[in-house]
Amino acid sequence: MDQILSDPFGWFNHLLHSLLEGWGLSPGFISFALNLLGAFVMGLGVLFLTLFLIWAERKIIARIQDRLGPNRVGPFGILQTVADLVKLVTKELIVPVGADLGPYNLAPLLAVMSVVGLWAVIPLAPKLLGADINVGVLYVVSIGAISTLSIMLAGISSNNKYALLGAFRTVAQMVSYAVPMVLALIVPTLLAGSMGMVEIVEEQRSIWFLVIAPVAALIFFISSIAEVGRTPFDLLEAESELVAGFHIEYSGLRFGMFFVAEFLHAFTISALTTTLFLGGWQGPGAAEYPLLGLFYFGIKTALVYFVVIWVRGSFPRIRIDQMNQLNWKLITPLALVSLMVTAVVEKLVVEMGLIRIGVHLGANLLLLALTLWALRAYSRTVRRRVENPMSGLTQSAHQSLSGE
Amino acid sequence: MTVTQLVFLLTGGVTLGAALMVVLSPRLVHAALWLILSLAGTAVLFVLLEAGFLAVVQVAIYIDAIAILIIIVIMLTRRVMIRGETQITRNWWLGALSALILFGGLLILLDMVPIIAIDTPPPIADADQLLEDLGRSLVDVDRFILPFEVASIMLLAALIGSIMIAWPLTTRAEGEGDQ
Amino acid sequence: MIPLSWYLVLAAGIFCVGLYGALARRNALAILMGIELMLNGVNLNLVAFWRYLTPNFITGQVFVLIVLAVAASEAAVGLALIISIYRRRSTVVAEEINMLKW
Repeated sequence: MDQILSDPFGWFNHLLHSLLEGWGLSPGFISFALNLLGAFVMGLGVLFLTLFLIWAERKIIARIQDRLGPNRVGPFGILQTVADLVKLVTKELIVPVGADLGPYNLAPLLAVMSVVGLWAVIPLAPKLLGADINVGVLYVVSIGAISTLSIMLAGISSNNKYALLGAFRTVAQMVSYAVPMVLALIVPTLLAGSMGMVEIVEEQRSIWFLVIAPVAALIFFISSIAEVGRTPFDLLEAESELVAGFHIEYSGLRFGMFFVAEFLHAFTISALTTTLFLGGWQGPGAAEYPLLGLFYFGIKTALVYFVVIWVRGSFPRIRIDQMNQLNWKLITPLALVSLMVTAVVEKLVVEMGLIRIGVHLGANLLLLALTLWALRAYSRTVRRRVENPMSGLTQSAHQSLSGE
Repeated sequence: MTVTQLVFLLTGGVTLGAALMVVLSPRLVHAALWLILSLAGTAVLFVLLEAGFLAVVQVAIYIDAIAILIIIVIMLTRRVMIRGETQITRNWWLGALSALILFGGLLILLDMVPIIAIDTPPPIADADQLLEDLGRSLVDVDRFILPFEVASIMLLAALIGSIMIAWPLTTRAEGEGDQ
Repeated sequence: MIPLSWYLVLAAGIFCVGLYGALARRNALAILMGIELMLNGVNLNLVAFWRYLTPNFITGQVFVLIVLAVAASEAAVGLALIISIYRRRSTVVAEEINMLKW
């Protein structure tokens, strides 16, 4: 019993191993088969989790918007997603004339694949991990950008101008926001001394990286929301502007795959933020009892996911030029400066413990204060320029500008 | 035939087949997709060669940046190229002949070097140390800091240069706000 | 298990296929894709030699990183050139961009 509590996953693995060995299979084949089984269970589990996530999101959004949300199908409407899934499966699969069938069918598969593949490197509990590679952070970057590829393919192969426009805008947004995301990802790598996710989680044993580098955490959070394409960055599916963006021509289960991929991606970035900045499975007593670590991980990820949904319900959508300016003029320079500040402080402060944490936190708060001050000065110049228009404008334009 | 050999043959076959489809596809978008498959196959081969960092860097740079850029430019420069004109030049057989001669020459050259018959690779002393060593060697004054810096400046020049070259024909860029 | 020669032959094959693509295609983008295949073959060659001959020196991987950086910047500049040519001449067929021929 003691061994089950302290290392349940190893015990279960050993159990399966001995069971399969009893059937007379070779050990190499057994480990291969068990790895395959583990990957299968993880992928399936993550996809089943999406059903629950979609329901939770709809309920919370509804409450933020002062209504009830799904409450007919099943207790508290929990089977609503199942009903939606059944509807999507039974819909007719309409393929537009002139669509390029190869990329058209491949795009939803790539979208789901890139998101499910991210779960392979996230440590869920002390010994529960898909693959312990020592370049986990870079793997996250590269696999996450395959979703960009899938959107491009969907837009190109649909033989539809709106799909192409939507795909271009989406790819521009995702590629732009990948830059500050990667820069913000370097900060936990710097603080932990390794790119592997397991090492990053274990380095947060004493203090979470959120306290040491709050600016980097904020930048990673914002650029991840932009990468996924959720409000306030969801001009990809701006129904009022582009019909439905890059997935206009997809119906039935193919659209369902894009839908699932988006919601799962939002949960996945919550899991990534938890792992990189909130300590993953760290918590009181988690090192001895891995099941407790899994519980802590679930709670933290659910909290971050709640914040993501909260942001969705509170902010309006931003325009594409505002989005570009926000990225290249504010977030990317801020990410660069925060990276430099973290590196310099890490090199200068040689004592461990509270002094190091205090200096890091102070430097980050100073950076935030400077940024807010610069933003205030900038907004004052813009407001002054709008209130006193240039002399070249006609009288009616002057009146209309000062009248609004 | 061990499992590793089987995996190598499979991956190598996929990579080579995808490369052939790149140069034989009449439609450019399909050629770009086959290129992505070939690059992914090379990344798997890097993993087989125990260069995991390089495999991830290959996926991140080639597939997520260069391939997407190629697909975007294919979309931007689309013409009535799809129907009518062929994709192959008039003297394509000269190109095929020179490629075959080069391949044959390389095979003969490889045959003369006995060391390539090594069956098993020598063991790596410390795999975790390798990644850290890679990072250190790129900034070490006695080692590779000069190529590293030159490559960074070259990337900067390429960045600025490509923005300047691809600037739109009109003087005002599209999509400007009211600033 | 896997002899070094297999990797080298595969890399030579990819290189030659890329060479054919760079020589025999009319569209400038297809030529660029052939060049990328050639660089890919070279990278595979370098990593195979690193693994089998000097696995304890990191020089081979540094070489590959520099080649990757060169490939990325060359692809960026090449694609910018193609866009610029398309804007001015409305064609990307390599045979029709011949104003500098005698």
